[in-house]
Amino acid sequence: MTRRLPWGAMARMTGRRALAAVPVLLGVTLAVFAVAEASPFDPVKAYAGTAGLTASQENLDQLRANLGVDRPLLTHWWEWLTSALAGDLGDSAVLRRPVTEVIGERLGWSVLLAATAFAVALALGTLLGVLAGRRRGGLVDRAVSSAAYTLEAAPAFWLGLLAVWFFALKLGVLPAGGLTDTGSDTVTAGQIARHLVLPALVLGLSQLPWFFLYVRQGVGDALEEDPVRGARARGLRERTVLTGHALRSGMLPMLTLVGSRVPELITGALLVETVFSWPGIAAATVTAATSVDFPLLAALTVLATAAVLLGNLLSDLLYGLADPRAGFDG
Amino acid sequence: MADPRTHRLRLWTSAGTIAVLVLAVLLVPPLVQFDEQAVDLSRKLLPPSWDHPFGTDDLGRDLLLRCVHGLRISLLVGLVAALVATVVGTAVGAAAGALGGRPDRWLMRLVDAFSSVPHLLLGIFVVALFRPGVWPVIASVAVTHWLSTARIVRAEVLSLRGRPFVDAAVSGGASRWRVAVRHLLPAVLPQAGLAAVLMVPHAMWHESALSFLGLGLPSHQASLGNLVQNARSSLLAGYWWPTLYPGLLLIVPTLAVAGLAGAWRDRLNPRRRSELTL
Repeated sequence: MTRRLPWGAMARMTGRRALAAVPVLLGVTLAVFAVAEASPFDPVKAYAGTAGLTASQENLDQLRANLGVDRPLLTHWWEWLTSALAGDLGDSAVLRRPVTEVIGERLGWSVLLAATAFAVALALGTLLGVLAGRRRGGLVDRAVSSAAYTLEAAPAFWLGLLAVWFFALKLGVLPAGGLTDTGSDTVTAGQIARHLVLPALVLGLSQLPWFFLYVRQGVGDALEEDPVRGARARGLRERTVLTGHALRSGMLPMLTLVGSRVPELITGALLVETVFSWPGIAAATVTAATSVDFPLLAALTVLATAAVLLGNLLSDLLYGLADPRAGFDG
Repeated sequence: MADPRTHRLRLWTSAGTIAVLVLAVLLVPPLVQFDEQAVDLSRKLLPPSWDHPFGTDDLGRDLLLRCVHGLRISLLVGLVAALVATVVGTAVGAAAGALGGRPDRWLMRLVDAFSSVPHLLLGIFVVALFRPGVWPVIASVAVTHWLSTARIVRAEVLSLRGRPFVDAAVSGGASRWRVAVRHLLPAVLPQAGLAAVLMVPHAMWHESALSFLGLGLPSHQASLGNLVQNARSSLLAGYWWPTLYPGLLLIVPTLAVAGLAGAWRDRLNPRRRSELTL
């Protein structure tokens, strides 16, 4: 495939989506503030912590004025928005540090985990999908498909805990969680790799059923189509037919839709990072939620929404490229 | 293609599994005169045996009983959440489909906006600000589950609007409200009902994830997610059974409901028999 890419149409679609994302993101931030306003949660008490129990009413009122929580919803939201656009997302109440710093420090680890998990799911899903799609309804297909549906129903946190029990406790071959060995001050690539194996494997397994079922369907359908029959009639080897013809056309729809998996990936990461104490932003989200750290929670919710919109855009762009009939009108 | 016998087998195993689970959560707690919370440290962390088929936990409580109670709570929360989500989704979808035009566009824009926040994250956000309690959990599950029902019902209403019996009612002078209540709503209810049944296992999954993260139900109302969370210290000490069984009880209903739904679809459309056999 050496045709020229339709850069102009793709750029126009990206521009349109960026414009459409603005009201969605504004709406989400406003909703986040409105929900917080309606909730019984009191940021002053949360900020003061246990000191708030003994503090005098005057001190609490002073704190209330300093934090500016008595302002009306829209003012509060607007101030947060303008300073967010200037690069200041406020301070995390539980970590006592700027939110931007927390995100900047943790985002990389989450991306590393998610990318490795995606690679695992893609490789395993393709392999098993071809094996099962070759003869649908056969023994291999029935066994692997049943396993995939069971895996899809299994909660990721439960899989993670069982993996910790088996690999870290029973066999003792892999660390149970964290990023580095306990007592170690330096972060080395070898340690990170060893600590990455289990969380990436579990997150990858939780995403595997979708990849597998898509490849299985694609390969199975492609095997019944004319190009494959033609290839068989020309006497090509079974392997060439499978990998060169069926897999190529069967994998395309799956690859283009990978971007739309971002929400599921975030859901999985929230659970897996918590089980393995992985120092990513998903684990920080759970910490922010348990301690009602509103500035951190709000920023992370908006960030996740932006990631989902970006994933959808990527998916539609790839789809338009793979299938010119779909075009770039959306 | 699986033969009809396999299909019948699948239907009956799924239905039988669901019946056993429902009977267990309905009958066991009132019939078994045994306090599942009673602590007995002399029996702590016993492996599965005839006396305790699922073993005991770190406080010597029988895990089978704890799991049945947990399933009861998880199932109840899942059912209520699915019901709330179905009512909201049907109302929004029917309104969008029946009104059309600008209200339709705005409502669907709202559905899209809700879908662009990852569901578990939205749930976590809601629960974090309103907890503790059962209702925040139910609300947070419902708020993320009504979207697909709204889309299904809207599509169904749109396809119904052009049908002759609706045209006849409109030209007969029926009001908008009457058309909606007498002609559109009864026609979309089966679809919405099927969506609600399929939603229950997913709602249970959501609740257990929230409870596992420590954001769900309070620990005296131990759902299956709470049980997995409470078992973490035992697991790290090498005891696997308090973790294994509650998780299995989350998988089984999901597979059974999926099997039942698959059989139902095959019945409606025998030519497109799904190839899934479990």
